[in-house]
Amino acid sequence: MTHSEFDSFRPPEPPRRRRPGGKRGTGRRDSGDGSREMSMVPEPEFTSYYGRPVVKPAPWGDEVAAYLFLGGVAAGSALLGLGGQLTRRPALCRNARLSALTAVSLGAAALVKDLGRPERFLNMLRTIKVTSPMSVGSWILSAFSVGAAVSAAAEIDRISRARLPLGPLRTLLQAAEGPAGFEAAFFAGPLAAYTAVLLGDTATPTWNAAHEELPFVFVSSAALASAGLAMITTPVHEAGPARKLAVLGVVGDVVAMRVMEHRMDPVAAEPLHQGKAGTMLKWSERLAAAGGLGTLQGGGNRAMAAASGLALLAASALTRFGVMEAGLSSARDPRYTIEPQKNRLAARRAAGITGDSITTAR
Amino acid sequence: MGQLSGPTDPTADAHWEHQQPRKGFFTDTSICIGCKACEVACKEWNHNPSDGNLELLGSSYDNTGALGANTWRHVAFIEQGQERITEARESGRALVNLGMPGIGPPGAAAPTGPDLAEVDTTPPDTADFRWLMSSDVCKHCTHAGCLDVCPTGALFRTEFGTVVVQDDVCNGCGTCVAGCPFGVIERRSDGTAVVAAQREDQHAEHPAVPNVGVAQKCTLCYDRLVADEAPACAKACPTTSIKFGNHDDMVETARERVAGLHAQGLTEARLYGANELDGVGGTGSVFLLLDEPEVYGLPPDPRVPTADLPQMYRRAGMAVAGMVAAAAVAFLGGRA
Repeated sequence: MTHSEFDSFRPPEPPRRRRPGGKRGTGRRDSGDGSREMSMVPEPEFTSYYGRPVVKPAPWGDEVAAYLFLGGVAAGSALLGLGGQLTRRPALCRNARLSALTAVSLGAAALVKDLGRPERFLNMLRTIKVTSPMSVGSWILSAFSVGAAVSAAAEIDRISRARLPLGPLRTLLQAAEGPAGFEAAFFAGPLAAYTAVLLGDTATPTWNAAHEELPFVFVSSAALASAGLAMITTPVHEAGPARKLAVLGVVGDVVAMRVMEHRMDPVAAEPLHQGKAGTMLKWSERLAAAGGLGTLQGGGNRAMAAASGLALLAASALTRFGVMEAGLSSARDPRYTIEPQKNRLAARRAAGITGDSITTAR
Repeated sequence: MGQLSGPTDPTADAHWEHQQPRKGFFTDTSICIGCKACEVACKEWNHNPSDGNLELLGSSYDNTGALGANTWRHVAFIEQGQERITEARESGRALVNLGMPGIGPPGAAAPTGPDLAEVDTTPPDTADFRWLMSSDVCKHCTHAGCLDVCPTGALFRTEFGTVVVQDDVCNGCGTCVAGCPFGVIERRSDGTAVVAAQREDQHAEHPAVPNVGVAQKCTLCYDRLVADEAPACAKACPTTSIKFGNHDDMVETARERVAGLHAQGLTEARLYGANELDGVGGTGSVFLLLDEPEVYGLPPDPRVPTADLPQMYRRAGMAVAGMVAAAAVAFLGGRA
């Protein structure tokens, strides 16, 4: 039905689609008069400067994501270690203390490696700044490491049957061991949670929009990961608390993640579902659920417990890498900076708040 | 810990012995001719290495790209047709009719500008095409996200109210990069000023690039300010598009200029950063723009992330309590 010699220059019309579930809106009928032909007005789209990002992504590589994971493992392990210490579960206590020291050492090394000037890592402790989650976190990490190192050193000394060349320090170490376990456990929670504040307190759209719930996601992830590790390292008869912590962690993780995605700005939440980050977070949830179910069903079986523990560790690592990647990709696309900001500005103006815009007419 | 958001004088908050008035820029983009003298003057004065490979970016005359570790002044070029000009004029007019901002106590005689709905907005010389040029720079925010989150104290507030990195203290953790709502500060990643392959030998002899691995951004030429000199970019600007002076005077000049443009019917003119009630407490560098901020690559509603930090710490505290409670339940529930 060609009416014009120019019709051949038109782009092809999109195929007609029938909406499943009946008509929507006013249900405009196609009367065959061309009223349904494609719009000649371009789709409204957000403006940006040549599609270039507005904010810069943090220059953080996989080392920082690995630290988020390892710091969580260390934190949860210290809590399990204290629990084992208090309820006289020597194997759990020993394994958790060694896990805490290993994880926190690897994590700290990863953090230092990621610095632009690794040789200046001690500058982190040059000052205490409450406004800087990184500064607060450096102090938390340092304080935690002291307790974790002392309590783990006592375990190593015990394993090696007092062969460490400690001399008179051995009595001191044995006396400090218990309090050190308490000290590490005291800083364990903050160690697991501060990284969420560190990410939330940035202009990176997805992290910033998630700041209310991200701490809950991170502590849950820390709990399930450390419990998973304890289930791998510790015989089942002493790993009962680890299994309970794992299940609580899985529930917390899945619920907090869902609540977070629901309460966030919908545009800023998109990167959590797309691309590499989306895949990682989807698998993280699946593995957490599988690990939780495995723990509930077969936690009494050593092999099953170890397999579940492995799934939980993988789930936690995927959560951290996924959240990291989602944030970085949200900073790379100007849409995630501009659209939520425009929407919230328009919402404030619609509510009659007109005095707090950065753009003013006078 | 000082104030995290809202209007304040950062110069006074920094508690310097010898207090100076807060300094700042007013970048009037309506008289920018895109000569990039500011970019060149900045690079020369601050010994900043080149960015990239001298590629053409395909974005009008802008082959610099964006502000970054090595680029502390960036001239944006935007080509617009009739339709976009009309939109800019409309959005500017809508802004005028909002009657903002209210300065001073609410209800006090806030100056109500003329209602521009009836003004003849036939543009004087840009009927169906215009070229926007704007020299962007660090905003030196009243509440600077980069400064707040810096863990080492490498970033500090000078006696002029500006924000500067101490190169010998920064350990390159990169937190400030994510903390800046304007995407200004960046970690200098590459020490080599790679240019064309044929000229490799020639450039191999160049001195090593300073401060690799360290966060870098505009210092508002701190070294020049202490010698009572204007920053290099402002000094080099041939059209006085970049004005430098006391922050209060800059805001005053900006307000006069935008009122003058509105009176000429150029309703697309608007100020960016002149409102101390905004999300960053007002910026030290004020801009006059001729379109929405995002057109220039500026965020439309920036908010310093630290403004929400107390709430984040509260939420983290609740999460910690939850984690400890979960561990306690796991152990107290009897031997499984």
